[in-house]
Amino acid sequence: MSDSPNKSFTGKAAGIGKLLSRGWAVLLAATFLAVALPAAAHDDDEGGRVSVPHHIDAKGNKCVRDVEYMRRNHMDLLLHHRDETMHKGIRTTQYSLKNCIECHASKKNNSVIGTNENFCQGCHSYAAVKLDCFECHSSKPKAASGDALRPIVAPPAQPEGKDKQSDLSGMMPHKGTPTFNVLSGEKDRMRWQMQPKLASLNKGEGVK
Amino acid sequence: MSKVDNSRRNFIGAGAAAAAGLVIAPGVTLLDMANARPLDQPASSAKRWGMLIDSTKCATGCNDCVSACGKENGVASTGHPQTDPQWIRKIELKEVKSGLSHSLPMMCQHCAEPPCVDVCPTGASFKRADGIVLVDRHICIGCRYCMMACPYKARSFVHEEHHDQNPDVPRGKGCVEACTLCVHRIDKDQQPACVEACAAGNKGAMLFGDLNDPNSEISKRIATYATTQVRADLALNTGVRYQGI
Repeated sequence: MSDSPNKSFTGKAAGIGKLLSRGWAVLLAATFLAVALPAAAHDDDEGGRVSVPHHIDAKGNKCVRDVEYMRRNHMDLLLHHRDETMHKGIRTTQYSLKNCIECHASKKNNSVIGTNENFCQGCHSYAAVKLDCFECHSSKPKAASGDALRPIVAPPAQPEGKDKQSDLSGMMPHKGTPTFNVLSGEKDRMRWQMQPKLASLNKGEGVK
Repeated sequence: MSKVDNSRRNFIGAGAAAAAGLVIAPGVTLLDMANARPLDQPASSAKRWGMLIDSTKCATGCNDCVSACGKENGVASTGHPQTDPQWIRKIELKEVKSGLSHSLPMMCQHCAEPPCVDVCPTGASFKRADGIVLVDRHICIGCRYCMMACPYKARSFVHEEHHDQNPDVPRGKGCVEACTLCVHRIDKDQQPACVEACAAGNKGAMLFGDLNDPNSEISKRIATYATTQVRADLALNTGVRYQGI
């Protein structure tokens, strides 16, 4: 089956007579391509057992770092920042979990978790990585700061026919491609280096 | 006469009242207007946060500090009073002979030599540079040694799951916790919630400030009046001090 398209195309170049004799092969090959190619193209999107998370929720139009960096390293940024805040009282907002939630809380339930459409849970569920931040941390932005921009209870009613997908489609440059609304051009805007972590932080100062 | 913008006037009035409330007498302010620390600067040992509680002004039955703490930090009853976390509690003292009674709030005393930090096997219990004793829940394994070590019974274990926490105060099942002196508020140059509530109710029994600054109101009071450290015999050098007991 796999080499029949090549044979048939060679045959086509040679002449119509040969093509007629191998008519069935051409037909089969064409049918195969017609069916298989679109299916392959959509494998990343809907074809898998677990669909790729679609993340569109974000206030503003850029993250603190470019999207590729954040996908791979957000946990390191958060881990470093949590020690800085907890032990030293450094409360810059750039890499704080609170700041992430401020931007990425869903417009629907005002949270980053809850369903697989929510920013944090969506990706962690897809990657099968346990997400335990929110056993202690609030998954919602602070009410006072988010009131004006983000409805806490329910978003305004959408007109008939505007379901979720059609609603979100305007925000996504290419339907089916996960997008984080991050400008990749911002890559070098902030050059941030992991500081060597204080040795004392995790080693147990109480144990001598 | 042109139309008066009342909302603007009210705002200015409230601002003036608030400013007046801060100054008791020339040179003596109720609130220590601490120099705001920039967000990116770590807490420094140049400061040592402390509290002075005047038990003569603390009324029996008044629970303002406890409820303010609960509201700020999300410490609420889960329906299991035996195991509910407790960051601050009111206690009544009575001198047997004279019958003189005192009411006072008891919470983490933010010791300079905290026994909870000494016993912690993981380093979760620690003292910040500015004297605030905290639990790092990321590291806490919930062994509760610190609860045993604390002479003030200031620490609680969280037995129940929590939801809808204050984003500034993460709390969850399985860790030990205690009064943080509202560290998230202190870092914003605000007073602890209990102190604010006590002042708002015109009780004025709680004073918060920097024990290292000789010009702070708390240092002046401690230098003027006899104050007590609870269980001073343990030489823990507590950050919370009492007056009138």
